[in-house]
Amino acid sequence: MVGLAVVFTRDLLKATMLFAIYSLTIAALFALLDAGDVALTEAAVGAGISTVLILAVLALVPRHEKTAKGHNLPALAIVIITGAALVYASFDLPVFGEAGNPVHQHVGPYYIGETYADMGIPNMVAAVLASYRSIDTFGEAVVILTAGIGVYALLSVRPRRRQRREPEQ
Amino acid sequence: MKDNAILVVVARFLIPLMMLFGLYVQFHGEYSPGGGFQAGVLFAAAWILFVFIYGLETGLRIIPERVIYALAALGVLLYGFIGLLGVLLGGRYLDFDPLLASPQAAQQAGIILVEFGVGVTVASVVMVFFMMFARRRAESLEAGLDPDADEDIGQ
Repeated sequence: MVGLAVVFTRDLLKATMLFAIYSLTIAALFALLDAGDVALTEAAVGAGISTVLILAVLALVPRHEKTAKGHNLPALAIVIITGAALVYASFDLPVFGEAGNPVHQHVGPYYIGETYADMGIPNMVAAVLASYRSIDTFGEAVVILTAGIGVYALLSVRPRRRQRREPEQ
Repeated sequence: MKDNAILVVVARFLIPLMMLFGLYVQFHGEYSPGGGFQAGVLFAAAWILFVFIYGLETGLRIIPERVIYALAALGVLLYGFIGLLGVLLGGRYLDFDPLLASPQAAQQAGIILVEFGVGVTVASVVMVFFMMFARRRAESLEAGLDPDADEDIGQ
């Protein structure tokens, strides 16, 4: 419901606040599902930093969204076709939460069984992130650095003074 | 916002707690939920709250701009260096086992160091993001490009 409100509101400040509430709700949902790491990330990044950054962007752009007249019918058709294809494909997915599903048969059991013997630490998520899948995490760190460089490159140029149109009488 | 007593008192109370929690999430990440990403974001959030209260200039006096850029790169370099250290000591890239005598201790040391690199990079990059946007706002206003003013004219 909060998500729908985010989509429908035209006031970007309101949308930002609703989006933060949405993130916090999702974080609570993750916490209920015992996914502590994901919940912590969602609460800190989704509800906290993203909101602050979006607010910082909102300080640079006008507060209200421009309304576009009319509807884009081809876009609607594409969305409906894609959605129908995804729903059709979801019928082939294995039953949710069953022990024999492929996702539980691959490397998961090894991590669950051997993490403590290999590392002596109880948090499997940290073990998978930093040790078993270390190169992935290295890539993520590089991606973050690249994002920082990108923002720096875009915003370190001073804005040029534009000729403002005089307000019409 | 320095004049608002409530904000200043609450922020003074919260900022050390946030930083402490960030450190806890960073270095206790192997035992409880957490790790470099979350800790870096928490740490940067504490700094951003400080900037909200005291202004960007004061915030940059605590941690200078050059230091932020250097830390952003150093975090990734620390990560890569730990990986190379494994190679130098006779293992594969990002293989932590050769770092210390006992494989478990070596894995833990590797994880802590690598997560510390991630945390430093994430914290400084988030600081860079916020600093860039905040400064852009000031520069836009200076150049006479207030977005809200534009909107009022349009209506």
